[in-house]
Amino acid sequence: MTRMTFASAIDHALETAMERDNRVVVLGEDVTMLRRNLYVRFGPKRVRQTPISEAAFLGAGVGAAMAGLRPVVEIMLVDFIAVAYDALLNEATKVRAFSGGKWSVPLVVRAACGGGYGDGGQHEQCLWGMLAGMPGLSVVVPSNPADAAGLMLSALACDDPVVFLEHKLLSDYWLDYLGGASRGTVSFDVPAEGTEGEVEKPPRPVPIGEGRVVAQGSDLSIFSLGVSLHRCLEALPSLADKGIRAEVIDLRSVAPLDRDLIVDSARKTGRVLVVDEDFIGFGLSGEIAAVMAEAGLKVDFARVCTEGVIPFARRLEDEALPNVRRIAEAALAMASR
Amino acid sequence: MMKPDIERLYRQMARMRFFEEAQADLWDRGLIPGEMHLGIGEEAVVAGVLDHLEEGDALALDHRSTPPLVARGVDLASMLLEVMGEEEGLCRGMGGHMHLFSREHLAGSSGIVGSSAPLGAGFALAAQCLSPGAVAFSFFGDGAANQGLVLESLNLASAWKLPQVFVCKDNRWAITTRTRSVTGGCLARRAASFGMPAYRVDGTQVEKVWVAAGKAVRRARAGRGPSFILASCPRMEGHFLGDPLLRVYREPLKQTVEIGPPLARAMLSKPLAALIQRCGYLGNIGRTIATLGGERYLLAIDPLRRGAKLLSEEARARIESEAKSEVAEAVSRAMERRGRND
Ligand SMILES: Cc1ncc(C[n+]2csc(CCOP(=O)(O)OP(=O)(O)O)c2C)c(N)n1
Repeated sequence: MTRMTFASAIDHALETAMERDNRVVVLGEDVTMLRRNLYVRFGPKRVRQTPISEAAFLGAGVGAAMAGLRPVVEIMLVDFIAVAYDALLNEATKVRAFSGGKWSVPLVVRAACGGGYGDGGQHEQCLWGMLAGMPGLSVVVPSNPADAAGLMLSALACDDPVVFLEHKLLSDYWLDYLGGASRGTVSFDVPAEGTEGEVEKPPRPVPIGEGRVVAQGSDLSIFSLGVSLHRCLEALPSLADKGIRAEVIDLRSVAPLDRDLIVDSARKTGRVLVVDEDFIGFGLSGEIAAVMAEAGLKVDFARVCTEGVIPFARRLEDEALPNVRRIAEAALAMASR
Repeated sequence: MMKPDIERLYRQMARMRFFEEAQADLWDRGLIPGEMHLGIGEEAVVAGVLDHLEEGDALALDHRSTPPLVARGVDLASMLLEVMGEEEGLCRGMGGHMHLFSREHLAGSSGIVGSSAPLGAGFALAAQCLSPGAVAFSFFGDGAANQGLVLESLNLASAWKLPQVFVCKDNRWAITTRTRSVTGGCLARRAASFGMPAYRVDGTQVEKVWVAAGKAVRRARAGRGPSFILASCPRMEGHFLGDPLLRVYREPLKQTVEIGPPLARAMLSKPLAALIQRCGYLGNIGRTIATLGGERYLLAIDPLRRGAKLLSEEARARIESEAKSEVAEAVSRAMERRGRND
């Protein structure tokens, strides 16, 4: 076990995989600098700088994966995937079916996501719901260094496309670049548990599609992931003060969703709160409601999500993203129903 | 041939420069959150192009949108309030510096690299249909010129003879990437191959930009189609404020302590036989940082200094002092309104 930051845990997983398998290559904008520790070790053939041409290089990642490489294509921020959507929606996720199961696309798309540092509505989205809506695509969202390393290893081992989302509040270098952390006159509500922690060397793979119970409870199930998970944990003491014991589950994967874990916990508590930094409509929170309904569960249900365009102003932004106050209020309202 | 009004151009450049410096100060003080991409170094390009703007023309801007909006005449205090995230800001605190919109000025911006090209094409299409003679300007960087959105828009504008002027501010960098290292061919020839005039100008010489832009705008107003201007200019403040690569120069010790150890560990990981090759890779990183520093600290030509040489000392001082007080007044107006809200 070694203490690592969230970012270095991901680097470590990549390094481990690149060492084992020379088909693993990293493509993306500015990767020479952003992944400099991999670059000086593996060189420009395996850590390859791209032009700002996401449609071309994500699309090329699909072809490269079909023809034998195992590319990790970096879309700097997940918001930017919009200009390259075809590569995922109509290419990467279709090949297995179109080829009658004879061909697959072992592609990892790595992108930073999430808000809480004042970058506005084109740089702070999560979009995992939209991505997970594509059949054939796995989407993972780690909330701590060990899961980040473990999910990256599993993504690299997967024979089908996986989107790996790295929340910017957990990655120190993103906060430095995009939040301007170096000036010292701004601060961010960074969850300490998520940014640094013990990681095994080499990392232990975390299976895609497997959630984790982070806190046990019997009155209420809270399903969350990423930074929001930490906000939920922060809300627990105020709930405990009111005698509410909440179970908190880190979903870790949006797709596939850990349906069994969701159903088991919901059946036990009868009350479900989904805390999701992604948009409220047509996404993860609604999907969880559907999973429970399909299992025949009749539960109390509420959600704390992002409801519209993420505001630029810090004050408005903090209210728009799931925060401890909103979570606690929603949980209390439910428990008193 | 027509001559530019150098005083007017220099006034615009000075206004933009002081406005950007005011933003840098607010950012340092933590009053502006998030990223801040300044347009310091681009003033001559913006001034030379927008001097030809007329009421009814449209602006499609990228992540360095404040200088064109300053030149366009958007209220300075309302922009400052916006980038500080205030309710009374230009966009009610919802947009921020990468997403500034002014409907009355037909001006929009986007933080998605390349998207100012199709946005401008749409503005130009509307102009073609609704107000013939009006022009749409799209500003973007050399990095954006490799974006599919931009290439498709060049074709669209040419095929539809849109009244659009594409302005590529070529500072040779895209964040930490030297554009040349990821670009095939030459950008001006690339644009020309779409069937439009492409002008290469020294974007630190406002009068040269003005001449090229004049031709492009006349062509657009006459309904003869789009043009492309490739204007070279320096990147004076790095990619964004607090740029880690510039910090290597500004606080070398701190950066070495942060960057050094993991790099050394990567260098020395097994197999050690690769060490010599790795020295070469490390050298590439070193060269990038050296080139960036050299361009910034040794070679960069400040467009304002250049512009000032075209003026008498008296005129320069007068214009600068007027611009400075205009910006100072906007800052104090913004701070006062901000104070009232706290
Ligand atoms: C589609 C998209 N990809 C990547 C980015 C991240 N990004 C922001 S600015 C930038 C560099 C832009 O370079 P250039 O167009 O030359 O403009 P400059 O910043 O040099 O003025 C990049 C890659 C983005 N905002 N949008």
